[in-house]
Amino acid sequence: MAFFTPQSGGSPNADEIASLYRIILYIALVIFVLVEGALGYALWKFRARKGAVAAQIRGNTRLEVGWTVAAAVILVVLAVITFAKLSAIQDPSNSGPNGQHLVGSDGVLYASAERKLPPNGKALNITVVGRQYLWQYVYPGAAEADGLGAPYAYEQMVVPTETTVSLDIVSSDVVHSWWIPELGGKFQAVPGYHNYTWFKISKPGVYRGQCANLCGRGHARMIADVKAVPPAQFEAWLAYQKVLIAEANAQAKIARAKLGKQIGAGQVENP
Amino acid sequence: MATYAPPIPQIVTHRAESSKPQGWTSWFTTTDHKRIGILYMVTTFVFFLLGGVEALMMRLQLGAPNNTLVTPQVYNQLFTMHGTTMVFLFVVPMMAGLANYFVPLMIGARDMAFPRLNAMSYWLLLAGGLVFYASVFWNPPEAGWTSYAPLSNSYFSPGGGQDAWIYLVHLTGLSSILGAINLYATIANMRAPGMSWGRLPLFVWAILTYSVLIIFAMPVIAGAVTMLLTDRHFGTHFFDPANGGSALLWQHLFWFFGHPEVYIMVLPGFGVVSEILPVFARKPIFGYKAIAASTVAIAFLGFLTWAHHMFATPIPEAILVFVMLSSFLIAVPTGVKIFNWIATLWRGTVEFKTPLLFCAGFISLFIIGGISGVFLAVFPVDWQLNETYFVVAHIHFVLMGGAVFTIFAAIYYWFPKITGRMLSEGMGKVSFWLMYWGFLITFLIQHVIGLDGMPRRVYEYDNVGHLALYNQISTVGSFILALGVLVTVFNVARSVKSGVIAGPDPWKANTLEWFTSSPPPPNNFDVVPRVRSVEPMKDIRREVERRSAAPAADPGGATVPAGAMQVGV
Repeated sequence: MAFFTPQSGGSPNADEIASLYRIILYIALVIFVLVEGALGYALWKFRARKGAVAAQIRGNTRLEVGWTVAAAVILVVLAVITFAKLSAIQDPSNSGPNGQHLVGSDGVLYASAERKLPPNGKALNITVVGRQYLWQYVYPGAAEADGLGAPYAYEQMVVPTETTVSLDIVSSDVVHSWWIPELGGKFQAVPGYHNYTWFKISKPGVYRGQCANLCGRGHARMIADVKAVPPAQFEAWLAYQKVLIAEANAQAKIARAKLGKQIGAGQVENP
Repeated sequence: MATYAPPIPQIVTHRAESSKPQGWTSWFTTTDHKRIGILYMVTTFVFFLLGGVEALMMRLQLGAPNNTLVTPQVYNQLFTMHGTTMVFLFVVPMMAGLANYFVPLMIGARDMAFPRLNAMSYWLLLAGGLVFYASVFWNPPEAGWTSYAPLSNSYFSPGGGQDAWIYLVHLTGLSSILGAINLYATIANMRAPGMSWGRLPLFVWAILTYSVLIIFAMPVIAGAVTMLLTDRHFGTHFFDPANGGSALLWQHLFWFFGHPEVYIMVLPGFGVVSEILPVFARKPIFGYKAIAASTVAIAFLGFLTWAHHMFATPIPEAILVFVMLSSFLIAVPTGVKIFNWIATLWRGTVEFKTPLLFCAGFISLFIIGGISGVFLAVFPVDWQLNETYFVVAHIHFVLMGGAVFTIFAAIYYWFPKITGRMLSEGMGKVSFWLMYWGFLITFLIQHVIGLDGMPRRVYEYDNVGHLALYNQISTVGSFILALGVLVTVFNVARSVKSGVIAGPDPWKANTLEWFTSSPPPPNNFDVVPRVRSVEPMKDIRREVERRSAAPAADPGGATVPAGAMQVGV
């Protein structure tokens, strides 16, 4: 694991954040050595000795203006570097050729000025729902017109590689924070708001994370994993998931009908 | 151990009447700013020790992966109590205590502007602390010192501890506001003749700014917790998204207070350092005006940066950019202060007494905290770092390094004035080095823990990578740090009765509190000297030397009785 930098390697935005971090780290190290060095030197060199007399200096306007301007210039440079990197961190690229057929333009459903989509406007949109103490992932492909019957998963999100995945992060109770270190930064799930981020994974594997905002006693165990698999495998998984959910819904329908007969129609709430 | 001869020539300004004997009950009725100051300092230090014990319990729990020493519920209560205690019951009121004791003395006043209001400020603080700690016997709060809604509402936090937290914020907030108004009025109106704004000691400049920050920031949190209280008990929905409220509103209100609060906690410490460095470098402060101006600039900019605590929330990008730039901007005056302090040491004759050590330690730690703050101000980088141990390390470098080390510097510097006795230098140095290395061992490695993906406020973690080792290092460091604190506690307890007699001015310092006896008489000064520069005691010492040399040549000078020398009047 990284010692001096944030984790990266899963998705381009995480890589770009780590590279921006490294640039700041190099500048910071130089400043750190210079300032701590000056402090240490002043303390050592000018320690009280017999016969030493302190210089009675009250200031030096040119020097003071100089270091004020120097500090400001360094920060302007940092701001410029950040702005130069910003687009690579925030704006997703198009999906690769193998993932292209998986993405739709159904981002329209969640249209928002804040949601960043790739240049062709197509991404695999997954809704991430935070709740005490579990993450739920809702995939596109609702079976019914009202949005019900969409495939979903808990805790582990399965995604295709080489595909731009756009996340719509929401919460159903308290504030949570979505964070997979190797796939980019944290984004809070605030009830009543939508928050967005994205990632695009090239290497299959499991990327681990967990809720990063205190959400109650189970906060430490609110795990979030992302499992990246090749697109074909993803399609198979999603189809199987749809079958399972359809089966479960059908069974629930039968159970509801049975229950309705037993206790009288109209007494059973529709989900 | 060094011994201290009283400075020669002796300056005595009060008449030799001892204060009336007072029973212990007089502590309940006192309106003397010095005794109220002592009440503040002792009370807040007790809370500091309680908060420290909570921290050690957390470090014990995290000393091993998947540890089961405390339950998740208790762990959440511990960090909630720890954060709340250190902010509301230690650093802010400790600064109020130092200000209470020393602002009137430093500006040559005989008390605060409103002595009875001053007593009320203290008793409100104590009431807040007692209400809050009483919750330990029922349901301590567990939503964090930030108490984000909706986690802190009555559905997710039904326990009374959350209400105890609200009352704590109300009572200590009211205490702070009243105290701040009092300090502001005192500084504005009761300065010694000749003490223009340009001759105000830098600690007093810092306290003036601290007061203004409190007056602007505290009402906001008071409003926010009142809204939370009515949400919890009276059916309002300010923070309830299901009924048209906004969960994000809490974060905005909390941090609009919370960020200035950071400067409320560190600016007085900056003031302490600006007083102590010139004394032990035997050199005037470098760039008095720049330091005073940067204090005010930091306070102003502190109100424009609150949303940098909210980079991960759904807010427009324009705000992210604005707040990043305003946070950068605040690094400039902060850097200016550090450069000025180093320049103050430069070409001085630095005496390594304990107060100077704590100040130098503070500067070296604050440089690290300031630099890690720049990383956090860059919002894309903050997306990786916020809510992790990197942030825990950062806040401890700025608040423990920035506020606690300066408070310890202040204790060692001003203890002789408060008690009339010196603290042991030997124990002071042991305490400093234990605290300094303990601090670095505890908190440097926490940056790495955060970079490796460990969020804050988790009661357990899996041993991924070297997390177990890193956390063990941090836990060991925290106990070294605690040992250092205990050495000072022991030093204070011993020296109160048996320390070397200090005399009025043991450090040959620059400001007026050293003009009177140690401890000062109830009225502080019989004669308030006219202030002719930013270092009035230097002028007074020069004058005394001139007069004591004079009698041989000028018999007129000998008519001034040595015991009632009215210097510089």
